[in-house]
Amino acid sequence: MNNISIHIEDKSYLNSADNSAKQVIKDLSLSIKNNEFICLVGHSGCGKTSLLNILAGLDTDFSGEISLGHTQPKVGYIFQTPRLLPWRSVAENISLATSCEPESLDFLLESMGLTQEKQHFPAHLSLGMSRRVSIARAFANDPDLLLMDEPFVSLDSPTARQVRQLLVNLWLKRPHKVLFVTHDLREAITLADRLIFLDSKPMTVIKEIAVNIPREQRNNETKIEQFKQQLFIDYPEIHTLL
Amino acid sequence: MNFSLTAKSLLKKPSIQAPLSLCLLLLLWHGLASFLNTSSLPAPLLVLNILLDEIISGQLIQHLTATFTRLIISFSIAMFFGCIMGISLGLNKQLDNFFDTWLVIFLNIPALVTIILCYVWFGLTEMAAILAVIINKLPNVIVTLREGTRALDTELLAMAKCYRFSKIKTLQHVVWPQLHPFIMAATRSGLALIWKIILVVEMMGRSDGMGYQLHLYFQLFDVASILAYTIAFIVLIQCIEFLILKPLDKHAARWR
Repeated sequence: MNNISIHIEDKSYLNSADNSAKQVIKDLSLSIKNNEFICLVGHSGCGKTSLLNILAGLDTDFSGEISLGHTQPKVGYIFQTPRLLPWRSVAENISLATSCEPESLDFLLESMGLTQEKQHFPAHLSLGMSRRVSIARAFANDPDLLLMDEPFVSLDSPTARQVRQLLVNLWLKRPHKVLFVTHDLREAITLADRLIFLDSKPMTVIKEIAVNIPREQRNNETKIEQFKQQLFIDYPEIHTLL
Repeated sequence: MNFSLTAKSLLKKPSIQAPLSLCLLLLLWHGLASFLNTSSLPAPLLVLNILLDEIISGQLIQHLTATFTRLIISFSIAMFFGCIMGISLGLNKQLDNFFDTWLVIFLNIPALVTIILCYVWFGLTEMAAILAVIINKLPNVIVTLREGTRALDTELLAMAKCYRFSKIKTLQHVVWPQLHPFIMAATRSGLALIWKIILVVEMMGRSDGMGYQLHLYFQLFDVASILAYTIAFIVLIQCIEFLILKPLDKHAARWR
């Protein structure tokens, strides 16, 4: 797979109340290397979801250029809400979205701790479980590019930690490009190879920082905290973004 | 004490309540009929006798079949085209704006007017009769399905697009389950409406069917026969409800 390069000159929405155009993204450029885990950090509502929707091919109304390489990459998208089909069971929700074999489906469900819930309907799951199903669905698709839109928001912190760990484990087993949107700097440092800080209204890249903590030390809370403090000292301007 | 308690709890069961209230209704009817003692209100047993006679003679089956066939044909056609048109209007705002006034006009034309016009324009034929029923039913289906389509969850549609669901897959697994309650609503209200219109259609221009028979007995002032046909009618509708619609509902609601 090739690198992905993105350049969006302009993405605007029409405000139907007063017919004025509101620009959300302006001259945004970024590239994603093979198997790179990128965290996009910025305010809620700064246009990160718009960016992911453009990359997923859900939104084509923008000016700019996106080069995804020779072949159309398979995209896995973990939305902010789980977006499961309520009238299909957990197993059906995953197998409908993907062409995954029954054995790998069982393996995924097992690693997500969802074996018991395989035949359940989403209405009978907790929010944490539904989120795990949506993560399993994205991974079952065997994606070349994985987009995640604040997937752990509104989970309590032990559950969030557990699901985050699952995510990293799955990614380490089968690496691919990841674009992870969050406004939680700690979470970003724990997960990312590279942090991209975004300014809002309209959204532009203001800082790119590589995270050089080795993967095996990412569970070390003090390491993460140290890195975070150092960031604030080195780049005081990021304070305003959080 | 113990006995009255069990009797009370028995009374609370829906499976007991429904037959019990039905018996009460029959009892009231019987009481009123014997008190008034007039041919305008025959007793339940007399009506039952006539009902059995009509079944044995084959008359009832013949007319019921005629009406039922008209019902199935006009209902299927109205549902088929109504769904297509309703979904199209729900998806396309311009189309909807344009045809909205048409829809309002057709919704407000009295059923009787459509029936008269169809008979005048196309003659007293089977085709005219069925067309009149379809024209009466179609706007209702369109409006219901239009609302259903407008209410489709755009987030789930985006999910389907992102995971590259084929058109058929999207229709089967994402769109259809969301439209199902609206189609059931259109079916129920549609059946209720079509039954009523079909009788008028038959009364005015056909020589068989329930409407024709009711009209005949009205001219003879034969209330017992009218009631016998009414009961056959109600039983048939209830059969449709319990054998077809309820199981469909149950199947669709299993995930709730």
